[in-house]
Amino acid sequence: MAKLTFKTDYCKGCGLCVDACPKKLLQLAKDKINKKRHHPAEITDEAACVGCASCAMMCPDCIIKVER
Amino acid sequence: MVVFDKPHALNDMPFHYCPGCTHGIIHRLVAEVLDELGIEGRTIGIAPVGCSVMAYDYFNCDMIEAAHGRAPAIATGVKRSDPENHVVFTYQGDGDLASIGMAETVHAAARNENITVIFVNNAIYGMTGGQMAPTSLPGQVTQTSPYGRDVNHCGYPIRVCEMLAQLEGPEYLERVTVNSVKNIRAAKKAIKKAFQNQLDGKGFSLVEVVSSCPTNWGMTPQAALKWIDDNMLPYYPLGVYKDRSAAKEETK
Ligand SMILES: Cc1ncc(C[n+]2csc(CCOP(=O)(O)OP(=O)(O)O)c2C)c(N)n1
Ligand code: SF4
Ligand code: SF4
Ligand code: SF4
Ligand SMILES: [Mg+2]
Repeated sequence: MAKLTFKTDYCKGCGLCVDACPKKLLQLAKDKINKKRHHPAEITDEAACVGCASCAMMCPDCIIKVER
Repeated sequence: MVVFDKPHALNDMPFHYCPGCTHGIIHRLVAEVLDELGIEGRTIGIAPVGCSVMAYDYFNCDMIEAAHGRAPAIATGVKRSDPENHVVFTYQGDGDLASIGMAETVHAAARNENITVIFVNNAIYGMTGGQMAPTSLPGQVTQTSPYGRDVNHCGYPIRVCEMLAQLEGPEYLERVTVNSVKNIRAAKKAIKKAFQNQLDGKGFSLVEVVSSCPTNWGMTPQAALKWIDDNMLPYYPLGVYKDRSAAKEETK
């Protein structure tokens, strides 16, 4: 199991991390709005995350920390 | 165990770039290389005019802001003032490097100036609202080519790596892109080599990074990454255009 930490208020809701996850574990939270007025990315099933960091590597704003 | 985090050479300032703009990925790769080579403390970056004009706000190393297109000239002075200690890179867009700054680019390459150039080619003037650049593709719709770039009227886009490869001077020229995890890994390797070359005293090393501008291309960040594959890469093929040291090794 891996642990993801998002700097949620820096997220621009671009969705590039969502497409990058090979396990399709990420989504933009339609029910949340951050300080930048975007729907921030969130993980749906952290237990299924393998910690590959593909999402973090694709994030243009470098806001995802991955621990394993 | 932390397997991924923001590199030390980037500070905590949020990027001002548009959502999904790949400038941010390229900043991070440069910073990761500064971390890995342990050179943040003696590196001086030269920022351009363009969307990345405020790159100096994001990097933890020293930064200088150059007049439009003049980054390689500033870099030359900074490097020559203390060649043993200074590690110098420029970070430039295609309008900056291939239009107003073309003379500085060509002559720094011809002199084999021992600097590292990160060239962000997004085929457009991003900052000023999407005008045609010397790198805009044939047929590409921009603010100043609303019917698509007409090569009979505006000429053909310039392939910077191929053009500089004709010069005797430069050490290393490679074109990469950052539109997938796999391509990001390859881009990082090229950027690291471009800095290592400088540490080894080998000379002018330029990495052209084919980048996206979702805002001025008028598409989503996802569509822009695909547009790189479908439209940019056929005109701007990825690869090593010059690697003098590797070529020498082969002929030994
Ligand atoms: C001497 C001068 N001429 C023109 C400009 C206007 N200008 C600002 S940015 C820019 C082009 C930026 O395009 P590029 O280098 O491709 O960077 P991008 O924004 O696409 O990353 C221009 C022409 C200027 N600032 N200074
Ligand atoms: S670390 Fe890998 S598996 Fe986990 S969310 Fe990110 S891309 Fe998906
Ligand atoms: S890639 Fe980064 S900025 Fe974009 S949605 Fe994902 S976490 Fe947010
Ligand atoms: S205008 Fe284009 S290049 Fe500039 S920050 Fe926005 S997406 Fe990036
Ligand atoms: Mg540009």
